[in-house]
Amino acid sequence: MSSAPTIGEKQLDHAELAERFNKDEGRVDWHDQTLWFIRNKRDKAAQSLPEWEELREAASRIKSNVLNNLHDYLIDFERNAEANGITVHWARDAQEHNEIVHSIIQQERITQVVKSKSMLTEECHMNDYLAKQGIEVIDTDLGERIVQLAGEAPSHIVLPCIHWKKEEIGVLFNKHLGTPEGNCDPVLLTAAARENLRTHFMSSRLAITGVNFAVAETGEIVICTNEGNADLGVQLADIHIACMGIEKIIPQRKHLGIFLRLLARSATGQPLTTYSSHFQRPRPGQRMHVILVDNGRSERLGSKDFRNALKCIRCGACMNTCPVYRRSGGHSYHNAIAGPIGAILAPALDMKKNADLPFASTLCGSCTHVCPVKIDIHDQLYKWRQLLVQDGHVATSKKAGIKGMSVVLSSPFLYKAAGKLGRWFMKNVPKLTNNKFNPWFKQREMPEPPKGSFRHWYRENRKK
Amino acid sequence: MKVALFIPCYIDQFYPKVAIATLELLEKFGVDVSFPSRQTCCGQPMANSGFEHLSHTTNQLLVENFSGYDYIVCPSGSCTLHVKDHLHVNGEDQAVSHIRSTVMELTEFLTDVIKVQSLPAVFPHKVGFHQSCHGQRGLKLSQMSELVAAPYSKPEKLLQMVKDIQLISLDRADECCGFGGTFCVAEEAVSVKMGKDRVADHVSHGAEFITAGDMSCLMHLEGILKRQRSATRVIHIAEILNASAQ
Repeated sequence: MSSAPTIGEKQLDHAELAERFNKDEGRVDWHDQTLWFIRNKRDKAAQSLPEWEELREAASRIKSNVLNNLHDYLIDFERNAEANGITVHWARDAQEHNEIVHSIIQQERITQVVKSKSMLTEECHMNDYLAKQGIEVIDTDLGERIVQLAGEAPSHIVLPCIHWKKEEIGVLFNKHLGTPEGNCDPVLLTAAARENLRTHFMSSRLAITGVNFAVAETGEIVICTNEGNADLGVQLADIHIACMGIEKIIPQRKHLGIFLRLLARSATGQPLTTYSSHFQRPRPGQRMHVILVDNGRSERLGSKDFRNALKCIRCGACMNTCPVYRRSGGHSYHNAIAGPIGAILAPALDMKKNADLPFASTLCGSCTHVCPVKIDIHDQLYKWRQLLVQDGHVATSKKAGIKGMSVVLSSPFLYKAAGKLGRWFMKNVPKLTNNKFNPWFKQREMPEPPKGSFRHWYRENRKK
Repeated sequence: MKVALFIPCYIDQFYPKVAIATLELLEKFGVDVSFPSRQTCCGQPMANSGFEHLSHTTNQLLVENFSGYDYIVCPSGSCTLHVKDHLHVNGEDQAVSHIRSTVMELTEFLTDVIKVQSLPAVFPHKVGFHQSCHGQRGLKLSQMSELVAAPYSKPEKLLQMVKDIQLISLDRADECCGFGGTFCVAEEAVSVKMGKDRVADHVSHGAEFITAGDMSCLMHLEGILKRQRSATRVIHIAEILNASAQ
């Protein structure tokens, strides 16, 4: 799986990757419209429920309760799951998670496994890790399979290959699956993927899945898919490993009545995912493992400003609504989770590497209001900016520029003088601002400087 | 009722006509309004860039200039929201909380305090209304499309009182224009693309003018329109509400 593009050693930042994505404006339009279509579907689905806002509030409160009592719920879950015959593992971080998965696979002497969608395994870079141990992971979600064949990471948590056009998938499948050259009929391509995946399903003894919800009261997990690939993988395998972040807990089964309704509507505008499958115990002869992964979550739980990010149910609605994401593409966020939610999760994992992401937003606030669990995403982006600057993750030139600006704005005298000077130069030496070094001027004209400021006018016309 | 006029720095320096229109409009409704002369900026350019800690002097200036009024009125949703959410000065809790609770964006002041029922304005043009995000989602001047809730719009309610105006509808009622403060230069490519898409929505629906409650959005859209040599122009909502028959 490829990581984000780099030049030499330097990883390109969001602005640079976004600029690259914007070289093909027609493609940006297509990407934007595709995702906007999904945002519209979400709106219609939400509007079909008059109680939508109450559902969001209830979900947000249940998640608050979970975060406030996470320790107890996790222990309940472990006890109940083990009573059901599930083996429960605890992983402190990505490394431990990957090692646990590997040790289970190793005990069974397996070299190939199937995996349905799990953003947690993306976060842990599990496929790469297992590949280095000689184990091949076959992604069975169609979109994930497409990006896997292409050697890419998913660009969206719900729609992993949303950045691929069907014509390009035709070429990819021709190369890897032998479909007829030049054919991009979605029915034919899907059938080819299905046939290919079927051989992997049939031969794989071990299936890895993600977890959408883990119910503390019953010790069961719930997995939502539209393709049924998680179910097929698990039903055909001798061993099932389910990987989950510790925040996926919900207290009781009845709470699914809130979360399942919100999840699919927010994600794709469907009333419910095609499959919402409960796995409560291994079937006779099968072994079932659940890995509970922390990987920085406990630390975030202790931070007042950022803990609400742990409410996320991974619906992707904030990406579909984000006017920046739609025009910069998922890979511009150079992380497993892109978009607004990714931009508040990623700095918690690595501040230095992800210092650019909280700035990849206009703070328009659409994400916060589309979020089914009411995460204050745009406020957290603002708070991350403060923290990143205080921790020194900011370019020297920017620091100097903002400092200069604050000096001018802090003095009514300097402010007045600078304004006057600015207007004079813009009028008399327009080349000073109208040049290629001014990013504003690249594709926009500068405002026309007026004769004088308002305060000057006010003094002349109103001051008694 | 004593009202202070709070004029965003870039309006003061580059769009004085917007401030004049705001002042004249308030005067038309008999508001006792004055402009505290040592005001500069709300501090948002620093704070949104992660340098909130450098805005303490602008915050102090705000408290110095705007204490002792019944209301503070500002022709910008964005600056108003910033003061409401982020103004902080050590040891000035009372003054700060008074300012935070009495600072109002122009259109909400007109609809909620003055309770304007009619306007003498005339503007015989096709106009597209751009929802500025901070006014809409932050100050809740209009209902947002993300929520399942009854629609309303304080600025559009006022625009509908203007004689002969034709308000157009848009494909995307409340998408961000991409200005975003320093975002407009730090993320130039996406910022411009967002602006171009907003402009195209208005132009394709026949807008002669794009209006908004925030001149910063309009400055960005104006830059794009002018580069495209478009006949469509931008105009602040205060200018339309203050427009008289030619």
